[in-house]
This record gives sequence, structure tokens and C-alpha cells, in this order.
Amino acid sequence: MFTMVRFVTLFHQAVLQGIPILYGSTGEILTEKSGHLNLGIPGVMYFGAISGVIGAFLYENNVPTGEALNPVLAILIPMLSAMLGSLLMGLIYCFLTVSLRANQNVTGLAITTFGVGFGNFFGASLVKITKSEVPSLALPRTSLLFQTQLPFADKLGVFGQLFMSFGFMTYLGVLIAILAALFLRKTRTGLHLRAVGENPATADAAGINVNRYKYSATCIGSMIAGLGGLFYVLDASNGIWANGAFGDRGWLAIALVIFVVWRPDLGVPGSIVFGFLYISYLFIDGLPMRASELFKMAPYIVTIIVLILTSVRKNREHQPPASLGLSYFREER
Amino acid sequence: MQAAPAIELKGVTKTFGHVVANKNVNLEVRRGEILAILGENGSGKTTLMNMISGIYFPDEGQIFIDGQEVTIRSPKDAFNCGIGMIHQHFKLVDLFTAAENIILGVNDGKKYNVKEAAVRVQEIADRYGFILDPNKKIYDMSVSEKQTVEIIKVLYRGADILILDEPTAVLTPQETGRLFSVLRNMRDDGKSIIIITHKLHEVLSLSDRVSVLRKGEYIGTVNTAETNENELTEMMVGKKITLNIDRPEPKNMKNRLVINDITSVDAFGHTVLDHVSFIARSGEILGIAGIAGSGQRELLEAIAGLQQLRSGEIVYYDPKIDIAVDAEKASEEELQTLIAEDNLILRDPETRVRADLRGKTKAELERMQAGGAAFVRHPRVNLRDKTPTEIREMGVRLSFVPEDRLGMGLVGNMDIIDNMMLRSYKKGMSVFVDRKNPRNLAEEIISELEVVTPGPTTPVRRLSGGNVQKVLVGREIAANPKVLMAAYPVRGLDINSSYTIYNLLTKQKESGVAVIFVGEDLDVLVELCDRILVINSGRVTGLLDGRSATKEEIGLLMTKTDDRQEGEADGSAE
Repeated sequence: MFTMVRFVTLFHQAVLQGIPILYGSTGEILTEKSGHLNLGIPGVMYFGAISGVIGAFLYENNVPTGEALNPVLAILIPMLSAMLGSLLMGLIYCFLTVSLRANQNVTGLAITTFGVGFGNFFGASLVKITKSEVPSLALPRTSLLFQTQLPFADKLGVFGQLFMSFGFMTYLGVLIAILAALFLRKTRTGLHLRAVGENPATADAAGINVNRYKYSATCIGSMIAGLGGLFYVLDASNGIWANGAFGDRGWLAIALVIFVVWRPDLGVPGSIVFGFLYISYLFIDGLPMRASELFKMAPYIVTIIVLILTSVRKNREHQPPASLGLSYFREER
Repeated sequence: MQAAPAIELKGVTKTFGHVVANKNVNLEVRRGEILAILGENGSGKTTLMNMISGIYFPDEGQIFIDGQEVTIRSPKDAFNCGIGMIHQHFKLVDLFTAAENIILGVNDGKKYNVKEAAVRVQEIADRYGFILDPNKKIYDMSVSEKQTVEIIKVLYRGADILILDEPTAVLTPQETGRLFSVLRNMRDDGKSIIIITHKLHEVLSLSDRVSVLRKGEYIGTVNTAETNENELTEMMVGKKITLNIDRPEPKNMKNRLVINDITSVDAFGHTVLDHVSFIARSGEILGIAGIAGSGQRELLEAIAGLQQLRSGEIVYYDPKIDIAVDAEKASEEELQTLIAEDNLILRDPETRVRADLRGKTKAELERMQAGGAAFVRHPRVNLRDKTPTEIREMGVRLSFVPEDRLGMGLVGNMDIIDNMMLRSYKKGMSVFVDRKNPRNLAEEIISELEVVTPGPTTPVRRLSGGNVQKVLVGREIAANPKVLMAAYPVRGLDINSSYTIYNLLTKQKESGVAVIFVGEDLDVLVELCDRILVINSGRVTGLLDGRSATKEEIGLLMTKTDDRQEGEADGSAE
């Protein structure tokens, strides 16, 4: 039966599924606003996740079992490692597309292949180091810190259960999305960034350093996306890394960008909708495993419908940045 | 002692690879002065201005601002020197409002506030007499509004040296007039203005002094008040040329192509052709005037079979085929329809003069027939919804010189012979294509139209714009058309090549071709065309007689918003 309790559980699930996608799409929106179609986001997120896991693993393994982890270090080390790892991927992407003017699509797909392959390699190595019997790696103590919910969550009844019962990175993701929206709409730098993505020649003529904006937006976007990968492992999956478990969430992040028509603030409800769609098979009792995979297509189908709707409506405001995917060279004559 | 000039260039040289774009150019502009830089396309005007505005860096030479030598390495340096450039192709972000575009890249240390900026923009607009809504999005703006945004953009940055690159190319005469009065206001306010143009009458009416460039070289500077059109042309072209277009009276006009109430919608659902009707007649040049993007391209493409139509018909009267009409057997109604369509022709082998049959009744026609006259009509072919191949296979001789020469007209990577073959490769029954005739044709075009090329096997993309156009026009004319359509055939061409093209069109007209000429230079349209059709947003807003029409009249019709004009357009020239 569909009860309130059931809804609270499903909502919780949906948010946990949605937040990694939200991080990914916020990062991708910032990147795309600079005119970069970074199809490497799945790889960046994967790479961010494994980098964070390596950091967390090194720290957790150096603290003897039974002793408490230093909460500040246990949180900062994985987050910084994840950001550093994804920053590296962003830099590779920028170097290839901006400095060497490589094709953005090819570069992006290469980054995805590279990130996933790299992640799987180190994931498997870590599993080997721990001599685990199952092909996965558990970071229970770090994960517990990431999952710590707000202290007053229990006192607020259903509201508390619905909105206050998450780990801090959930709120961080929402905060980053809202800040990104404010940044794009309300600041001079945001205006400049949008100009770079819409019309780099115009931005250049206006004295804006196009390459710097492209580099910064892509690298910062990658770092945000990388945190999404970390969130998935340390919060949503209870600190268990298994090769390939991250699945298609990176592609969902790119789909979400389209779904929310390049608006990070809409990404917040959008990601929860995607989360719901992604777990929609849970709504039907006794669904066989095979059928549940079919339901996981729902977010993509919705994205396609959104694409159709926005194309049919032709609203100028809801289109991708005009120079998305195009390289910019100045001295061309 | 005279104050130092606002900006002075000494010995500026810029090369791109082996191409010398500017060679040893010297220039000076004073405060409160309008200097025109005159030169043909490709004479290096734009490159020169790009160096002043920081887009390119000169290889040699010095630039002085108020007597101080400066180095301008980026657009930012140029702003800091008080230089603002208004590009020919607007550098605006479509999705932003006017105010957002104007403050783009400005970092005055103040808090970012679009609303305050909009107020300042409005102040600047009011001060010089611009009309602008700072909160309007660029994609909703007309070309002239966009230009206003560009000008205010540089004023907002505090520029006192303004460079305008071909500012009137896209404006109607009325808009040009308004722009010039604003520019004069700015000059009187102490600004220095450089205007780049190749239109002589604008130079003469606006500027204080004129500097002339030719093939990248600086020719000299003259005071506008002390010069005239001929002297300037001579400086610009390097030799004396006459700038008159020969316009013989049209002869033997017959309806060749009747466009009847056609409507077309583009992929975005916008109506691009809205109930357009007109008639193209043999032996005359029909000019089509309108602001860029008013449906000119769609109209020609519709005739050529490249555009889907919602409604209407395109009727071609095939002059190669005569069908005898027996006045006795035909009904009165049939005869009157033929007369109304201008398709009942009196065959008189002796005089070959076409008698006017309008107003004649069946009885009169029968009497004429009894007296030995013979009547014929041409078959009526509807071109609507036919592909270009089908049109050609029906024997309709249509030639089309599209706007996009190297996209739609010619293949840039193929040589002149191969490009000739694009029109003839289907001829003959052999498995192998015929290369001999196309080669002869290519050589003929090269020699007759004086195409500058190393040979017929040079890829056309290596030719200059004018020569590419000659190849294309030459090929289309060689197809021996009955209808010749040319869209902006002189765009980007130097004066000599332009006049060659005009003469070719006139020659075609004299040989009985119905010529449709889409042009942007209204001075040329009123000199070349027999009739001028004006369109605005896909609608016909007027049909004028080329011999009596004025630019101002055309300009008004180009921007007219009243839509009750269609009925008038069909018949006013009859």
C-alpha cells in the first residue's frame, strides 16, 4: 500500500539517487555555459569517486580499527582527493580542447573511457590490497561520517524525515546548485561566462579572456561533478565501492542538464524527479529484475520528451548555449 | 599651434602569410572630425581598423593617441586608449538584453547592477538622439537597433574615437539618415569618428575628410569639401572609370514567370513568404529590394524548386513551344483568360511585332484570323512542388545565381571545369562524362569575363570573390536561360567586377531573358532595374517603376508594416 511511511522511504531513496546526478549536472551546466560540451562527465565523476575512495581508504586504513576517525580529516581528505582527481580530468579536457583545439566530442568520450577504465583499475587494486572475498571495498567508518544527519531531524516529524535526514553533502549539492544559479544570473563574472558560451567572438571583442573562462568553468565544473561521484560511494552506497556500480549516472547528469534547460536551480527539483524515475520500479511490488532495468530508462525517455517539447516551443531562452561544442580561434581570417 | 591629432598612424604594415593587407599606411584623425576611409572590398580598410581596435597587431609602424605612442595588443588596450569599434558583423550576444550586452566586459569596480546600467544607457541614448529600449533582447531587435546597441556600447565605455565599419550596408535610407544625424551630434560633442565605406555619396554627405586606400596601400587624404565623386573613384580604383549603368528600354515584354499568391513557412514555423504575387517578364530586369532576410532568398529558392510552398502557384510560360489557338473554335471565356494572362500571341512573321490584344473580343479576333492572322499560346507549366531536376527535365530554362556562391553555387574544392560539369554531367548517353565541352566553356568564360586564374584547373576557392562570381554567372548564362535569377551578385566585388556583372545582366535582358535581380545597394537598383519589387518580412509592400522610383520611396516600403498592399502589387505597373 502506498502509505506516508512508504513515501518517506521512497523520497529518501529518490534524493540519494538524485544528488549525485545533481552534482554532475551543476558541474556540466557551468561547463556548458562556457561553450564546452563535456561528454567526459561520466568519466570525471567516476574518476572523482575513485580518487576520493583512495583518499578515504588511505586515511581509514591508517587509523587502527576501534579508534575513532578524526571527523575533519575523514571528511576533508576524501573530498579534496575527489576534487583534485576530477580537476585533473578537467584540465586534460581543457588542454586538449582549448589549447590543442581538439574536437570536444571525441575528447569528452575519451575522458569518459579513460576515467572509467582508470577507476576500475584502481578499484580492483584496492580490493586486492584488502584481500576482500567479495569484489568490493567497504569504508564503513568514513561513510558513517558522511551519512551523519542533522541533529534536529528526528524532532521535526515528517518534515524532518523528508528534508532533514540526509548527510551534509546532500545540502552542499543543493547549495552549490543554487549558488551556481545566482552566480550565472546575478554576477558580472556569470554574465561574462554566459557570453563566452553564447558568442565567444563577442566576448573576446569585449575584452573578456575567453580561454581563461573556458578553463576555469570546465575545471570548476569538473570538480563539482567529481564530488557527485564521491557522494554516490560514501553516502548513497554506504561507503561501498564496487567496480561499475556507478553505472550510467554520469550520462543521466548530462540528460538532466537538458531536462532543466541549463538552469542549475531547476536542477534541484529536476534531480529528485530523476531520482524518482530511476527508482520507479520500486513502486511496483514483485517486479522481476529484468523489468526493473526497463524502468531505469524512464529518465532518458523523459529527457527525450523535454528535448522534443523545448524544440517545438522554440523558446529562445531555453536553448543550449549558442556556441556549445564549437572551438574558438581568434586569429582566423 | 595645432593640437595633436586624436589618433595618428605612421607606416603601419600588416601581412597575412604572403598577402599584404596593409602596406605603410599613414593616417590621422582630429578631435571633432569625421574621417571617411574609402576603398574597395579587399583594399585593407577593415584590417587597418582591426589593428587600431586591437584585434590584430601590426607587423610594423606606430600608433599615436593624442601625440603619445601607444601599443594596442588587445581590444582591452584599445578601450583604454578610448577607441571603440563598431564592427560590420555585430558582436552581440543574442540572448542578452541591450544593457547586458553594453556592460559586457566592463569592469569599473562598481557593484554589478544591470538596472543602473540600463539607466546610464538610456541617458547616453537620449543625449545623442538614439532610440533604444535597454531592456529589449537582441534577438527581438531590428538591424538598426542592434547597431544602436553597438554604438552605445562603445560610448558607454567612454570611447571618444569611434570606428564604424560599413555602418550603412544593412540600413534603409531613412535609418542611414538617422544614423548620420546622430554621428554629426557626436562629432559636435568633440568625438572623433572614422567611418569605413565604399559608398561615395555617403562619404560626400557625411565626412569632413577622406582617406583612400587601394590594395592595402595608402593613396592620400583630401578634404571632402574640395573633392568630387570622380576624383575619389579615380583614387580608389586607380584609373578613370565611368560609373553609368546602361539601361535600354525593355522590348517585347511577355509574361514569363507568374508568381501567384505563394506562401511558405520555415522550419521554425515563421511565415517567410506571405502571399507573394508578381510577374517576371521577358526582356526586363525585375529588381527585388528589401532589408536582408525579408524573404529574398526564400523567394528565389521557391522558384528554383528548393522551397516547400504552403499555397499558391509558380507559372512558367514556356516560350519554346507554340500552341496554335483557333479563335473560331475557342470560347470567348477561354480567349479572355488567355488575354488576361498575356498569353495570346499574334503570330505575324513579317513584322514580328506583338500586337496588343487587350480589350479585343472574340468577334474581333475571329475577324483578324479571317484576315490571315494566326494566334498561338505558350504552354503553362506550374513549377510548384517540383524539384530542380524535374524543372530542368520539363525543359524550363531557369538559371540561379545564389547568394551563397561557394555553398550553393559552386564547389570550392573543385576546379572551374568540374564546376561547369555540375550543370552538364547528366547530358549524353555515355557511361563516361563529357569533359571536353565543359573545358571549352570554362576557357570561354575565363577569356570573355576576364577571370583572373592560373588556369581552368584551379580550384575555385582559390579565386578572389569577384572571379568566383564571374565563373558562376558565366556558367549560369551559358545555360542559355529564359529566366535568370541573381541574388546579391555583386556582394564583395570591386567596382570594375560589379559593372561587368551589371552589363552581363543587361545583355541578358536585351536578349529576351526575364532577369530577377536581388540587390542591396538601392542606388544600383534604381539605375539598373526596369521595375522594383519591394518586400518586407516576406510580404510584397510595393512595385515601383525603376525609372521613376527614388531610394527614399523604396526605403519607406522596405520598412512598411501596413499589410494591405498585396492587391496593389500585382497590377500597379501594368
